[in-house]
Parts: sequence; structure tokens; C-alpha cells
Amino acid sequence: MNVPASNQPQNFLLDPQAVSAWGLLRLREQLENGLPLTPRPYQTLAERTGLSEPQVMDAIQQWQTQGLIKRLGLVVKHRTLGYRANAMVVWDVPDEQVGILGKTFASVPFVTLCYQRPRRLPDWPYNLFCMIHGVNRDRVLGQLDTMIREQGLQHIPHAVLFSNKAYLQRGGRYVSNC
Amino acid sequence: MRLDAADRQLIDRYQRDLPVCERPYQEMAETLGLTEDEVITRLCRLQEQQVLSRVGPVFEHSRAGASLLAAVAAPEAQMDLVAARINRAPGVNHNYAREHTYNLWFVMTAPDEDTLDERLDELEQQLKLPILRLPMVEGYHIDLGFAIDWEALP
Repeated sequence: MNVPASNQPQNFLLDPQAVSAWGLLRLREQLENGLPLTPRPYQTLAERTGLSEPQVMDAIQQWQTQGLIKRLGLVVKHRTLGYRANAMVVWDVPDEQVGILGKTFASVPFVTLCYQRPRRLPDWPYNLFCMIHGVNRDRVLGQLDTMIREQGLQHIPHAVLFSNKAYLQRGGRYVSNC
Repeated sequence: MRLDAADRQLIDRYQRDLPVCERPYQEMAETLGLTEDEVITRLCRLQEQQVLSRVGPVFEHSRAGASLLAAVAAPEAQMDLVAARINRAPGVNHNYAREHTYNLWFVMTAPDEDTLDERLDELEQQLKLPILRLPMVEGYHIDLGFAIDWEALP
């Protein structure tokens, strides 16, 4: 296809694929604020993005299949519900054991998040993180003790960072610029 | 906060798998034995009450753009001020005080890694505090949609 360069801007404007790509970006941006609470939320999103309702639903389903959308549903603020104690427990694990311990931690019912992050020596020696969302501090510390005992983790240096205040908590904004 | 049975059912059933169809709240209502209007009204109220941050998709961090967990050690007396400055930085979506020398922990996101680095560099200059930068290397469990333990709550 030898399209003269001078024709390209015009083709871009007339190309339904290109319009749709712009619409999809706007849809991503809209979705970061959540689904509208209108009887036909996908239609509302269609009106806001210039896509059609079926295009909106297709895009969301495709993103779910592709794994870009991890879950679609109610996003709970645990603190409001009474999960007042949130502990980030950080461990200094030998590198060759990170994978196996990470998987072990992830399978503990009260561990709600678990991931590996790099050490930043000398300031930060910890490379494995797990989060425990609990009702109160004593209960969380009890859960941690159980975990240490049952998994035989007594020899692994760790620190417990309780959060005592949330200054900000909202969904990630990757596309919208705020 | 105490929620009634219908609110709890909504949360228990729909932290994931919200229907993608023309009238999703109608379909949820049928499943739970409510009306569409009740479902929408309850969701609006739960958002107002800060029980829900939103209804909608949770994007996979590693595929949605660049993101990073970061921390600073703020002088105790200036924590609120430093936290407010962090909140104003572009792309910040979580910011918690934690009991540690590194006492402010936040997540920053950006469309790509370069933008993320620039944003962190700029914030570092504003704060005049070094920022500990901890990107995720591997996620073993990264889903906060866990079942709510209603019995244990106050």
C-alpha cells in the first residue's frame, strides 16, 4: 500500500480503527474511576467515550481475558469495615529461598498480599513482603506468631510495620493524569 | 461499621465477577433477591459511607503501566506536611503512615517507567528527603478481594 504521506492525517481521521483506539484509551481512563451507578453503566461509558455499548462490553471482557483487568466488582475499603490493624511484615530471606517462602506465605489464609521487592542496602535489608489485614493489633500479632511457629521462620530476620493512618487510598491511575 | 444482611451479601458475592451485560445491576438484583433500584441505591450509599472505594475493575499493576512502592523517613513533627506533599504528586494512589524509621509509605503509578522515575526525582527534590524505591520483583499473591470475616469485625 503506497499511501502518500500527505494523505495520512486525513486517513487517520476517517479510519474507524483509529477512532476506536482513542475511545479505548478514554474508556481505560473512565474505568479507573469505577463503573457508573446507572441502570446501564456500559451505555453511560459508551456515551462518555464515543464507543458503542457493545464495544465497551467487548473491551472489558477482552481485558479480563487478557488479564489486564484482574477482577471486576466491589472494591472494599477494609479500614471502614473495621479492619483497623494493617501490618506489613517484611523479611530478610536468603535469595534462593524467596520463591518457595513467597508461595508458602501466599497460601496462609490471613496473608492478603505477598511479593518480592529488592533490598536497598544498607538502609533496607528486606526482600519479601506480606500484608496482614486484621481486626486489631493483638490479633494480627497472634496470627504472625502462629505463622512463624508453624512455618519454622524463627531464624529469619523480620520487621512488623503497622499502619496507623491512611493519608490516601484510591485505585491506581495509570492513564488518567492525576 | 455494621452492615445489614443485603449489604454483606452484595460484598460477599460481588467482589469479583460483576456481570458484563446491558443491565448488570438488574442481574445482580435477581441473584440476590433484590430490585435493580435497591442494588444501585445500596452501592451508592456504600460508596458514600466509604465502605467501597468504587465499583469496577482492578487493573493488574504489572500490565497497566509502571508502579512502585516507595517510602520516606519524615521527621515526626512534619509527617502531615510531607504526607500532604506526597498526596499532591502525580500518580500517587496510596499513602500510609507506618511505625518505622521509614514512616510514610506510598504507591506511585505512571504510564511508563521513565515518567515514573521523573516523578519520583521531582518529588525527592521537593521533599528534600531520599525516597526508598521498591519495585515489585515477583508477586505471589496480589489480590485484595479476600472474603470478609464478618464475625471477627467489631
